[in-house]
Amino acid sequence: MTSPSDQAVGAPGAGRLLEGRIALVTGATRGIGRATAELFAAHGAHVLLNGRDADRAGQAAEEIGRAYPDATVEPCVFDVGDAESIKLAFTDVHRRHKRLDVLVNNAGVLRDALVGMVSGAMLEEVMRINFTGSFLCAQMAARLMSRRRSGSIVNVSSIIGRYGNPGQAAYASSKAAVLGLTFSLAKELGPEGIRVNAIAPGFIATDMIEAVPQERRDSIQAGIRMGRLGKPEEVAATALFLASDLSAYVTGQVIGVDGGMTV
Amino acid sequence: MSDNNEKLKQAVAEGLQIAPEKVTDDLTYESIREWDSVAHMALVAAIEERFDLMLDTDDIIAMSSVGTIKQILGKYDVAF
Repeated sequence: MTSPSDQAVGAPGAGRLLEGRIALVTGATRGIGRATAELFAAHGAHVLLNGRDADRAGQAAEEIGRAYPDATVEPCVFDVGDAESIKLAFTDVHRRHKRLDVLVNNAGVLRDALVGMVSGAMLEEVMRINFTGSFLCAQMAARLMSRRRSGSIVNVSSIIGRYGNPGQAAYASSKAAVLGLTFSLAKELGPEGIRVNAIAPGFIATDMIEAVPQERRDSIQAGIRMGRLGKPEEVAATALFLASDLSAYVTGQVIGVDGGMTV
Repeated sequence: MSDNNEKLKQAVAEGLQIAPEKVTDDLTYESIREWDSVAHMALVAAIEERFDLMLDTDDIIAMSSVGTIKQILGKYDVAF
């Protein structure tokens, strides 16, 4: 009997790794999420491109659709920081598609402050968007995936969530929580045929790091073995691996995409 | 309406892996070995599949008996 993973390796059509899959990517109007949505579309997925802002999500979906005319990319507007908004969005995914094959929990915010300067409001916001939003999306996705006893959830954590960083206690905590979620869900959902993995990007050239002072950027770059910042596309490639059957026997793992910052 | 009773009976039997004749309104969560927390999620999947809907998490938690499930499904326009 041929399994999906057999078909993925070397079989006709194997060049498009997500052919026919329904994939939701959160925070996909720019940066890593955008690059992931684009790569998934190029690999034949029906991409649900999430953003909070309808115009920006629509524009991103349209641009990707233009670049890949045979791709299907539709905006999926909801706020990962709002539980009700998530619930309505997944109910709509169910109504329209009846299934979900891939979820990439990418949406997040970066808020830097020394621990003594982290306000309750800042901590609540960072945890709500980076952690609770990922938790709730995974919860809803798992219910859609368990019906078909297959699926892949990819959580975008951070190198900061694994190793910490001065001035980023709130952000680090939220991203570490995402790893705890990943490990627990991998164990809980494995029997359902659902794989759950995480990516821990290092210093990636996105809008989110524009606020980092140049001097600090230079010092970080000096600690990267490969001597350069990462590209969103390089994180997206790892998301594609984890989303596709190439990683059919991989679950509960954290893959660092950091150019050797941790070796 | 009786159709929905039968659909629910089949969904519960499928979700909990029990005989349909064991499914009564009085059947409650954790009253039988087959209805534990793991089976509860399988039950949710079976109900959602058969009735083509998506339940709220609060409703999933509140589904403590077959009778309660009928009440909850009423919120989703499923009549019994």
